[in-house]
Amino acid sequence: MTHSGVLAEVDWNIARNVFFYLFATIQVIAAIKVVTVKNIVHAALYLVVVLAGVAAQFILLGAEFVATTQILVYIGAVVVLFLFGIMLTRANLGADADLDQDNRVPALLTGLLLAGVLVATLLRTFEDIEFPTETRSTTARVSDSIFSQYIVPFEAVSVLLLAALIGAIVVARKE
Amino acid sequence: MTSVLAVELSYWQETGIRMLIGLAAVLLPAGTFVYVYLFKMMSFMQSRLGPMEAGPYGSMQLLAEVGKFFQKEDVIPERADRPVFKMAPFVVLVSTFLLVLVLPAGPDAYFVDLDVGIFFALAVSSISVIGILMAGWSSANKYSLLGSLRATGQLIAYELPLVLAVVGVVIQAGTLNMQQIVFAQADGEIFGWGGIGNPYILTQFVGFALFLIAVQAELTQPPFDMPVAESELVTGYLTEYSGMRFLMFFIGEFATAGVFSGIAAVLFLGGWWVPGLDSSSDWFNVLGPAVLFGKMMFVSFLIFWFRFTYPRFREDQLQKLAWKVLIPLALANIAVTAVLKVAV
Repeated sequence: MTHSGVLAEVDWNIARNVFFYLFATIQVIAAIKVVTVKNIVHAALYLVVVLAGVAAQFILLGAEFVATTQILVYIGAVVVLFLFGIMLTRANLGADADLDQDNRVPALLTGLLLAGVLVATLLRTFEDIEFPTETRSTTARVSDSIFSQYIVPFEAVSVLLLAALIGAIVVARKE
Repeated sequence: MTSVLAVELSYWQETGIRMLIGLAAVLLPAGTFVYVYLFKMMSFMQSRLGPMEAGPYGSMQLLAEVGKFFQKEDVIPERADRPVFKMAPFVVLVSTFLLVLVLPAGPDAYFVDLDVGIFFALAVSSISVIGILMAGWSSANKYSLLGSLRATGQLIAYELPLVLAVVGVVIQAGTLNMQQIVFAQADGEIFGWGGIGNPYILTQFVGFALFLIAVQAELTQPPFDMPVAESELVTGYLTEYSGMRFLMFFIGEFATAGVFSGIAAVLFLGGWWVPGLDSSSDWFNVLGPAVLFGKMMFVSFLIFWFRFTYPRFREDQLQKLAWKVLIPLALANIAVTAVLKVAV
């Protein structure tokens, strides 16, 4: 950490708060755009902005490794897969008429419910905890905990993903 | 690094200087590659002289070319999706500028000393795929769309060998940090002899070869230039771009070639370190950038040598090479490296 001496603790917290709200605003606007734009490719591109915002928030928390993984997995793979699939099948330019659905009220309710549950849980768990100024999680620590403490869940997830992969191939093969 | 030559710098001054150096680190290698390799080396390989008129040995040709692109009209197709069309080249360039961040050029001469280092580089290099998809789709042109779909299939396929080729180096160095990888090579020993350190090209030769092949494909250069195959797709996703925006894609391609050869130099050739000086010597802050540039020129020579030599792959051959040859080879390399790391 080269800048720990340059920025005083207070400055650092102010900067972190400013950027948190900046990124959060961008994310919320982009997230609303994802569900309101009339073109499906635009929606996918707004999703990139939301996911990049998540990566930025992770960096503000000092979680370099998680932020990088967020970029690699979500922006570099998941959204690219979305875009690839959309463009192979129905890549219309301009507004898409059948993109709207009548299920707005149930969707809104589900969204609000999920947000409520998440906010309540987060508030209860992290009620009075303040982030320390130095919250850099080193990659070595992440890997140590994955491959010692959480080795069983990690292996289970790996097997699950492998099974999903083989399943996808079986479903996709015609003969 | 808050004092340079005993001058105290504040945070914003330091950041500003770093941004300027980053800009230079992206543009200068790109320009050098275009002149030395694309103009001159390619011409010599084809028994012609290349540009000779502008300046001594045509060395000012690059300025003329850039001037030409600046003057051209920025044509946007009528049915194109204008905002996406305009933004696409920037997304590709952002990926390049983020890539250069992790490249260390000396013990204290770096942009950011990221703990995730090489992992960050591989992650941000995948952002350019989105720019290419945006360009192809928004052009409202079948050739463009086909080109960008080909590019995406290719970039996804070759990202795997790229990542897996690096894993061997990471296992050997025991760190993802680019700076630490350089130190690990500089302080390494070959059977107890530390005269030239232990550049990983010796032990990770398979990894180096795989990395170069995958980089070639990531740059969509011949023989992996199916996405811009001019005999089939005009120029793929670049078809509708002209003037400045085409220039941005062009700079992006060559600058990324520069950064990737720099990364290869750091991972396999010892980065800014040369034998003879202690790896923590302050001399490397001055010498390092030049040494790194020299090694970059060597690696990029290989890249462009392949580019001008081999004919284009067919799409199915290209995918087969990635999935059936490169990835199994990379996995075998990882397994052998891991076993030897534990055993030796």
